[in-house]
This record gives sequence, C-alpha cells and structure tokens, in this order.
Amino acid sequence: MEKIFNSSVTSKVPPLEGFREAYTLHLADNALILGQRNAEWCGHGPVLEQDIAITNISLDLIGQARHFYQYAAEIINETSNLKDSSQVLPLGEDLGGAGATEDSLAYLRTEREFKNCLLVELPRGDWAQTILCQFLFSTYQFFLYTELQKSDDKQIAAIAEKSLKEVTYHLRWSSEWVIRLGDGTEESHQRMLKAVDALWPYTGEFFEPADYEIIAGIDFSLMKEKWLQKVKTVFEEATLKVPNPSPLGESWMGGGKNGIHTEHMGFILAEMQSVHRTYPGAEW
Amino acid sequence: MVEPKNISSEEKKILDILKDVCDPEVPVLTILDLGIIRSIHFENNDPVITVTTTYSGCPATDMINADIRMALMTHGYKNIKIINQLSPSWTTEWMSEEGKQKLKEYGIAPPDKKFSIPKDGVVCPLCNSGNTRLISEFGSTACKALYQCNDCMEPFDYFKCH
Repeated sequence: MEKIFNSSVTSKVPPLEGFREAYTLHLADNALILGQRNAEWCGHGPVLEQDIAITNISLDLIGQARHFYQYAAEIINETSNLKDSSQVLPLGEDLGGAGATEDSLAYLRTEREFKNCLLVELPRGDWAQTILCQFLFSTYQFFLYTELQKSDDKQIAAIAEKSLKEVTYHLRWSSEWVIRLGDGTEESHQRMLKAVDALWPYTGEFFEPADYEIIAGIDFSLMKEKWLQKVKTVFEEATLKVPNPSPLGESWMGGGKNGIHTEHMGFILAEMQSVHRTYPGAEW
Repeated sequence: MVEPKNISSEEKKILDILKDVCDPEVPVLTILDLGIIRSIHFENNDPVITVTTTYSGCPATDMINADIRMALMTHGYKNIKIINQLSPSWTTEWMSEEGKQKLKEYGIAPPDKKFSIPKDGVVCPLCNSGNTRLISEFGSTACKALYQCNDCMEPFDYFKCH
C-alpha cells in the first residue's frame, strides 16, 4: 500500500495516488502563483528596499514551489511507470515521453489544472493590497507548514521544515507592514480598509479542504482558529477590524483548489508560460 | 556536517578539493565555510556529495552544484553524484568560525544568535560599533539584511541568523 501523508487516515480513505499528486501540486501552485504575482513589483516597489524585500519573498516562494514540483514530478513519473504504456500521462507526452519535470508542471499545465487558492492569483493592486495578501497568506502558510513538517511523507515534511523558516520571516515582515499602513496616515489606513474588503472573502478557501487535502491529515477548523487569532492580533495593533461574519453565515469565494479560477488566472499563466510555450524545452 | 577526522583518506581528498569551491554570491566563503556540504562518501568508487541549500530559492544552488562537479572532474573524478538534501534544514549555526571571521573582514556582519531579531544592535563590521540601525529586513540576497552604522555612517549587510 502506498504511503500517504498521515497514517491515521489510512483506514478511512483508499490511498489514492491521485490525491498525493494533487495535494503536492496544490502546495506548489500556491507558492508559484504568489511568487509570480509578487515578482510584478520588481522595479516598481514603493522604495528600493521594499522592492527588494517583496522580490526576495518571491524568490523564496518560487524556490519552495520548485521543491514541491520536483516531488510532484517524481510521484507522477513513478505512477506512470506502474501503468501500462497505453496510459502514458499527457504531461510526459508533451516532453517527448521524457516524463513530468518541474518545468512541465509549471509551464505546460492549463488553467483548470492549477490548484492554487484564488487569493494568490488576484491582481496585486496597490502596495496595501499586496502587503495584506502576503500577510494573510504567510499566516496561513505558517500554520500549514508547522503541521506539514510532522507529515508521514518525509519529502513533504522536509520541504515544509525548510520553507517554514522562510515563511516565519515573511510573516514578520508583512505583519509589521500591515501595522505600519493600518496605523499610519489617513491615506494608508483607508487603503488598508479597502484591501481588507477586497481580500477577506477569499480567505475562507484556505480552510475549506478539497477532497485531496484529506491526506494532509490536518484539522482545518483548528488551523482556522489559530490563523484568525494571529490575524486579529495584528489587525488590532494596526487599528483594523476583522470583518463580521454575515448573519446568514459565512460565504467564501472558492474553487481555485479544484481548478475553477477567477478571470485573472488566465492572464498570469499566459505571461508566465509564454516563453516556455514559444520555445518548447528551452532551459536557462 | 563533514568532520575531517571521521572520514577516509579518499574522502579527505574530495574534501580538500571542495575547499576551493566558493559561494558565487559571497565569494569570500567556501561551500565548507557555509556548512552546506553534509556528507562525502563513495559508491562503487564514485564520489557522492550530499549538499543542502541555504534558502529554497537561492539562485546560487545550481551554480554551486555545477562548480562542485567541475572541480571534481578537473581532478579526474567521473560519475559524480550530487544529492540535494532538504532536511535537516540549513542553519547559520553550521557556518564555520573561520567563515564568520572572513565575512566580517569582507564587510558583512556575520550571523550572531544574540541578534536573531535583526532590530537589536548588530555590530558594524567596519568600526565595531553596536550603535547601528536596520534599514531593511531583506538585503541584496535572501540570506542578508541591510543595516547602517550610526557612528561611522557606513551601510552594511548582515548575514541573517537562519
């Protein structure tokens, strides 16, 4: 039986190889798309130091994505070797049957195959929106990787352990910026309020697991509590408020984890993938 | 980490070659100073080098692997295998004392556990004053933060504790 991320769920679910692949791709896609989005600030940051900071964060995220894609490629190639040759995965065919690689997974999948949360694909907006997006996402990544470093899947645990050190730093930096802008000038405060309104509806998706996330063996409601507590603490210092849930119950924007994206996703992929698609197999 | 006293003479030869391979971004440091060489051994007479990266996105990673391969090939080794290890994750604790000294002489404040939160007075590598201030938590590479000394006024990089 194939080993899955958390042995405690082994008995409940058939250990679907597809789940392991999908979950690893989900983690990779989240990191890659936010890394790509933040990289748009390169040369456009409000001041040189913060231009460098946000692109450094991009670099960390893209590095994390590479580790996950490399692992996903391993999983895909192992799986395809087990199947009979008539069932070669399309990703392998794209590269002349050479199998999936980190590059084929990042550059040759289509929009519906990407499993990132919607939040990370949204336009970068102004600096306030970028900061808030990074903060909300870093807080989520912080608690997620803290759990995943205990995973039974040694490779996922190793990537999480390494990435967590970087994310801790991103979280500190973005928390300080949320406070600086929220509790800053009237203008910066207004911009943060707008950013909260714009991004908040996308945060619920973090904690509404897709079917494949069951193999992570994570208590999502507990993670949500920890996430909310951290966000509240920082918001308080920033003189911002966590929006009240609607009396009709919470309703969130979602679908990204299952490949149903916003209209912004096609554009970011087009830009990111165009060189690779124009020059297939090109390498640095 | 590779301990010279625990390794065979063949492995020691590899270690000596790796002493000449430098970090392309901080060329004053060798990859041994950085503490990224985790083990050296042989499989069927072919060298196997286990390397860990500093930061996930460090752009020097591929170049370091290529430099290791090139250095060993120059010394006649073939079929060199390089394994990239993620866990345990790299920490500046693995940096050699010699490496930290070299960083300081180069003008980069070496990592110091006492200053794990980079706001407290990192010591200026140029005038040794502790009266310094953080300019930016992210410097010219992922592993550094940017400071300025309030006494000699020079800006400088601090190699962050990680």
